[in-house]
Parts: sequence; structure tokens; C-alpha cells
Amino acid sequence: MSVLVYVENQDGKFRNAAFEALSFGNAIATSLGTGMIACSIGKVSDEELKCAGKYGASVILSASPELINPQVCSGILSKAAVSEKATVVIVPASFFGKAVAPRVAVKLKAAYGDNVVELPQMSSGFIVKKGAYSGKAFEYVELLSEVKVISLVPNSFKMVEKPVEIVIKTVDATVSDPEKALKVIDTVRNTNKVSLPDAEIVVSAGRGLKGPENWGMIEELASVLGAATACSKPVSDAGWRPHSEHVGQTGIAISPNLYIAIGISGAIQHLAGVSNSKVIVVINKDPEAPFFKAADYGIVGDAFEVVPKLIEAAKKFKAAGN
Amino acid sequence: MKILVCISNVPDTTAKINFSPDNKNFISSGVTFILNPYDEIALSKALDIATASAGTVTVIHVGDASTEPTIRKALAIGAHDAVRVNADPRDALFVASQIAACVKSDSYDLILCGRESSDHNSSSVPVMLAELLGLPCVLFAKSLTLEGNTAKMDNEIAGGKEVVSCTLPLVVCASEGMAEWKIPNMRGIMSARTKPLRVVDAVEVPVLSLITGYDKPAARSTVKLIPADAAGELFDTLRAEKKII
Repeated sequence: MSVLVYVENQDGKFRNAAFEALSFGNAIATSLGTGMIACSIGKVSDEELKCAGKYGASVILSASPELINPQVCSGILSKAAVSEKATVVIVPASFFGKAVAPRVAVKLKAAYGDNVVELPQMSSGFIVKKGAYSGKAFEYVELLSEVKVISLVPNSFKMVEKPVEIVIKTVDATVSDPEKALKVIDTVRNTNKVSLPDAEIVVSAGRGLKGPENWGMIEELASVLGAATACSKPVSDAGWRPHSEHVGQTGIAISPNLYIAIGISGAIQHLAGVSNSKVIVVINKDPEAPFFKAADYGIVGDAFEVVPKLIEAAKKFKAAGN
Repeated sequence: MKILVCISNVPDTTAKINFSPDNKNFISSGVTFILNPYDEIALSKALDIATASAGTVTVIHVGDASTEPTIRKALAIGAHDAVRVNADPRDALFVASQIAACVKSDSYDLILCGRESSDHNSSSVPVMLAELLGLPCVLFAKSLTLEGNTAKMDNEIAGGKEVVSCTLPLVVCASEGMAEWKIPNMRGIMSARTKPLRVVDAVEVPVLSLITGYDKPAARSTVKLIPADAAGELFDTLRAEKKII
């Protein structure tokens, strides 16, 4: 028996979501009395591969296929799960992970627990808690098969260092012809920007900002705080900001440590996508804005006066070594 | 070009979600059900492609007879015909297996889905469907263009996007921005009543998972107001009281 964790990398570096998945996997392995094995796919240096040992993996399998897409990765992971006799396979619920994990489940004839937010209940059966109804609720799902595949929501489980000696094993990564149909031609990263689903702090703005030309101060506040920027649906519908920044029921659901909402009234659809944020700060000039009822902290005031003050304060806060 | 669009019947986005007192069951009474918003984008895109290529669009849905208004809505928007697999959509593997069974008996050049449904939010039906059919799947497509037998898409990834290309057939899941929503006109609504809607029986699928209960996010305590002229104290307050920054 073992727990197998897919450690996703971005340009050769493991992402926080991978370390969270390892920490989560290690807690499950400990409860089950088994070991944890990591699996990395793509070109990653030995030094980086060994980082998985910091979070409790005693073995890391490394595969470097000629091309990478979800079909290729799910093939490698399911073969690793069989050879390592894994009973639990954990994948980060990132954009890529979500395209990989269901395939692994089908290949292994395993139950799939998606978007899991905390450790499973394993005292009787194996029950996972997952986000549902676009942030309005949680579902408890019992996984009945012997092998289980789980995707873990970023920021929902804290990274825990448990350093162990780690061995790197290279594994076969032959790609079959049908797996080659999907090709990545180009990758475009938003430079210097924090990825929204992974972000620990999100600064978000709505129609209260009056127009796209006023987003400079939102970008600046986010940049000082090391935060990702987001927006409400009316803003992305109006084309002020890209759809990829839209958080809410029909956009991205996020669970950062801190969500700062500026000039967003707080429609139920918006609240659904952000309700799993640990702390919510709402800035709105309308004291009756429904968002204040769902917030931990509120500032009643004009965004154009409050945000510059916040930028100043954030700069001082950061300069003080925070 | 034969296109299949997989559609889901979900609570209206403005609906309050409630469960039975023991948290075991979802209470559907008083909830309006709609065509899943992302599926509606997928349908719009399918119709654009079909118009350009003299193709057809079939919608498929797994659900009992009570979901037919949602299927008729898709027909009113412009789908040519529909298939309903008469079964309770108990989990993603079950739904994907039903659709896969229908696709195996009646092949399609392109299968479009929404990137996730707003009820279970799992994004797994399209991926499992693709896996069962041995097809590629692009899960977060922000755009889709076809040149002959090749599809080109912008796919959302962490912190950016990738441009991917793939030969047909494949499964593509729509994100916002792929197509404009279409509003059914009176002619569409009238003709939807008579468009073919075939009802088929479900195939057997092993039960691998079971929803055992529900829960709601913990209510937040009352909001703590910080005066606007003291806004600068926010970060020190967050550090002192919440230790999150």
C-alpha cells in the first residue's frame, strides 16, 4: 500500500499546490500506516525533485515524456499507482490537475473525490468533503472503491514540513500515438502576476470603480501585497477586465486567506465564489451594500479615497519587514 | 460537422441552496432549474460552428422527465435534436458513461461541454467522457476556431494561457468568452416543442461513490467596521487579529 501524490511543476519548479498536496498526502499516509510516494512529470532538476522529501515523500518518481498533456500525464500516474500499489492518489485541483485526475480515476476504476477541502474521514469508510453549489455548500462524498483518486483545492491545506531522505527513480514515459493528438503550440504567462486560484491574497474590484482606466490603483495595491487581481461579473462582461479575472458563481471560485473587495455590492452569485475566503474585507461607499453582511471587516467609504490610503499603508507595512 | 453538446440542469444562480434538517438531502422545492450557464456558452459556440459548416447540433442530458424544460430551452436556442438518458445523474462517472454509450452508437466530430456545472463544480464529466472514448479534452477553452479537421484553442492554465491544437474528434469545454449567449426568439420557442427529443434507457455503471450529506459554509460573525479615515490601520489589524498577513 502507498499514497501517491502528483507534484505539479511550472517551468521546472514545484508549485505551492504540489507541496500542499504532499502535506495532505503525508497526513493520510500516516493515518493509513503507509508511505508516501511523489510523482513528477516533465523536466525538473534533481535538486528540485529532492524538495518533495521536505514534505515527507521517501521516493519521487520522475518521468520526462516527449510531450505533456493530460492524457500523457494520466497514463504515467495510473501506471505509477499500479506499480506502487497506491490506494490513494492525490492531484492538486489546479486547471491542469482537474484535466488529469478524472482520467486517472477512470483508468484505475477508482472513485474520484474532486475539489476536496480537508482531510477525509477515515474512521468508518472514506468520506471526503468537497465544495459544491459554487461555494454555497459542501458535499460529503463516500468513496467506495479500494483505490481512491482525490483532487485537493489550492490553499485549503497548510504546507507542513516533515523532512525525510528521498530517493529519485526515473520511470518510463513512452507516449503512444493517440496521446499525441493534443499539442501545446505556445504558452503565454501573465508576467509578474500571481495566479488567481493559488493566490493567498486577492484584491478584487467591481463597478464601483467606474471604468477600466481606474484599475491602476487596484493593480498597485495587489502588487504591493503580492496579491492576485480579480473582478466581479459586470466588470468582465463590460470588457473592463479579462474573463479570467471574474470570480463568482459563473467565474472562478477562490479560497484565499484574504479577499479584499472594492466597489463590489455583493450579489449572491459573487458571494458564492468567494465565501470560502478565510477573511473578507469589503470597501464600499454604500453602507447598505449586501456584501457587508458577508464580510469580516468593512470600510464604508469612496474607493478613490480609501484605496490610495491602503496602498500607502501597505507599503509602510511591507517596509516594516512584514 | 456533427456536434454533440452535453447539458446539465442546475439550480438558478440566484437560488438559495437548502438541505433537509438532517443535512442528508438537497431540497429542490422552490428552486428554479436552468440550463447550466457554461453549457449555454458551449451550445452557442456549437450553433455558430454548425451555421458556418452546415452542421447539426444534438444536445444530450442525463436526467428524469422533470428536466425536459431545460432540454426544450436548448432546442429553443437552436439545437436540432436532443437525447435524454432517463436516469438520476448520481455521479460524474455515471453521467459520463451514459453519454459515452450514446456517442459509441452515434459518432460525433466534436463534443462540447461547459467547463463545470454550477451544482457539483467538479469539471469531471467531460474529462471522464473523453477518457472513456479515448479522446483528447481541452477543459478550460476560452476560444475555439476550426480549420478543416483541426481545432485551435486558448486554454486557461495557472497564471496565463496556452494555445493548443488538436485534430478532431475531441471534447472541448467552454469558458466565458468562447461565445456570446444566445436568447431564444419566438420562432425558436415554438419550433422547440416539435423538435425530436429521444429518450433512452441508462446503461449500468458500477457505484463507486455516494453523497452522504451536505453542509453550508460557517456563518461569519458580524462585520467589524473600520472608519474610512483610519483605513490605513487595516493591515496592522489583520495581522493582530487574524494573523493572515
